[in-house]
Amino acid sequence: MLIGIPAVIALAVLILPLIGLVVRAPWPRAWELLTAPDALRALRLSLITATVTTVIVVGLGVPAAWLLARPGLRGAGLLRALITVPLVLPPVVGGVALFSVLGRSGLLGRPLYQLTGFALPFTPYAVVLAQVFVALPYLILSVEGALRAADRRYEEAAATLGATPLIVFRRVTLPLIGPGVAAGAVLSWARALGEFGATITFAGNLPGVTQTMPIAVYLALSTDPDAAVLLSVLLLVVSVIVLVVLRGRWVGRT
Amino acid sequence: MTLPVRAVRGLLALLLVAVGASCAAGPSGAPTDRAADGSPSGEITVLAAASLTETFGTLGRDFEAGHPGTRITFSFGSSATLAAQITAGAPADVFAAANEATMRTVAAAGLAEDPRPFVTNTLQIAVPAGNPAEVTGLADFADPARRIALCAPEVPCGSAAQQVFRAAGVTPRPDTLEADVKAALQKVRLGEVDAALVYRTDVIAAGGEVDGIDFAEAAEAVNVYPIATLRDARNPELATAFVSYVHGPQGRSVLADAGFAPPS
Repeated sequence: MLIGIPAVIALAVLILPLIGLVVRAPWPRAWELLTAPDALRALRLSLITATVTTVIVVGLGVPAAWLLARPGLRGAGLLRALITVPLVLPPVVGGVALFSVLGRSGLLGRPLYQLTGFALPFTPYAVVLAQVFVALPYLILSVEGALRAADRRYEEAAATLGATPLIVFRRVTLPLIGPGVAAGAVLSWARALGEFGATITFAGNLPGVTQTMPIAVYLALSTDPDAAVLLSVLLLVVSVIVLVVLRGRWVGRT
Repeated sequence: MTLPVRAVRGLLALLLVAVGASCAAGPSGAPTDRAADGSPSGEITVLAAASLTETFGTLGRDFEAGHPGTRITFSFGSSATLAAQITAGAPADVFAAANEATMRTVAAAGLAEDPRPFVTNTLQIAVPAGNPAEVTGLADFADPARRIALCAPEVPCGSAAQQVFRAAGVTPRPDTLEADVKAALQKVRLGEVDAALVYRTDVIAAGGEVDGIDFAEAAEAVNVYPIATLRDARNPELATAFVSYVHGPQGRSVLADAGFAPPS
């Protein structure tokens, strides 16, 4: 079956670099490098921000997807195209765009700074915001797909039986699209964890405050490539564990 | 599941032909050809520190204008990242670094041919035009209320910054450590930080968008910029010609106009 060959090549392209990473890692130095305070702080920040981002993204994205999937919504095509923009925009450009709105001299950021003396850039909130910007489209598109595929007759039946729209959404729609939401949430979490360009531009880089794992790996590459490889393996292991656990629990089931 | 034997043989044959064809073609454009009058021609790739962006861009254009048939491609970035790329095997002909330490990593791997200094650079405080936060000197960098951008200590401008703060006895409280000096400058241009420590050449290059403030301890951390052709250069003659051009009168003049100082 000739279709086996491209499939094997695809798997090789994805898996071989990961194997290379594990093989290349300087394991004798592993304990010393992985327990360095900066490495652990970067990992902690990455995990916390990615998880917070996913919660926000689900809270905002599911209603947005519901709006987008409503039949007869005017301008749905345009809205969908705009929502997809962060997917094609280079993340660094996304960071600059965030500055233009939420930076100290930005459209919304300037009044905020003048009123409260608080500015978003270079804080952990900026890390979350940058991650939300790049991860939200994944969830909206994933859930919108699930909504479109869901059978509307269940919702209609519930409505004719007297359920209010909120109850219909909570008790009928949400369970129907559950797997779609879960898949979107996992994608968003993974995307947020790996985000680099938008976070280093908008949130900057300060160990313990805004230095995420991808940034730590990038900076380590030029001075201590061994450390960079080990940090990458650490991130890889953590990601694989989370993804395997979640896939089994949420996404595998119909 | 077994694959038909003939299909596998066919694919292997195709693979061998493809590999053979790519080997026979060789590098495109025969890089070491010479122009009719014997002057070097062809293409080279120059990896240069971010702080050399504007000057080397000008020098490259002037060189190409004076030597028809040549093409110089630049890749600018943090010297530390570029050095790491070279030692990992990135194809390049010339490397110009923002300090001698990053050039040393390339020389230690045996990949740099005779690095020689061509300019020096010192740090200057950069503030947004008009100095809205009224920064006066290095002591303001220790103020937690101010938004400060510094270069990450792994890159040349960051290690120079560390020396300068040590000399001044100031413990800085940065809000971000940028991966290269142009990124730090960009934060100042955008008005997102009150001050940053960048090279004086970057302040000049930013024109009216950024103001510069001198400070005494700048002389404690002078970055010496070396330039070298690389051992694995694919066009060593053109590479040597460009390096000579940078050391020569035209190169010195363009670099001096940009605020670089001659090597002592």
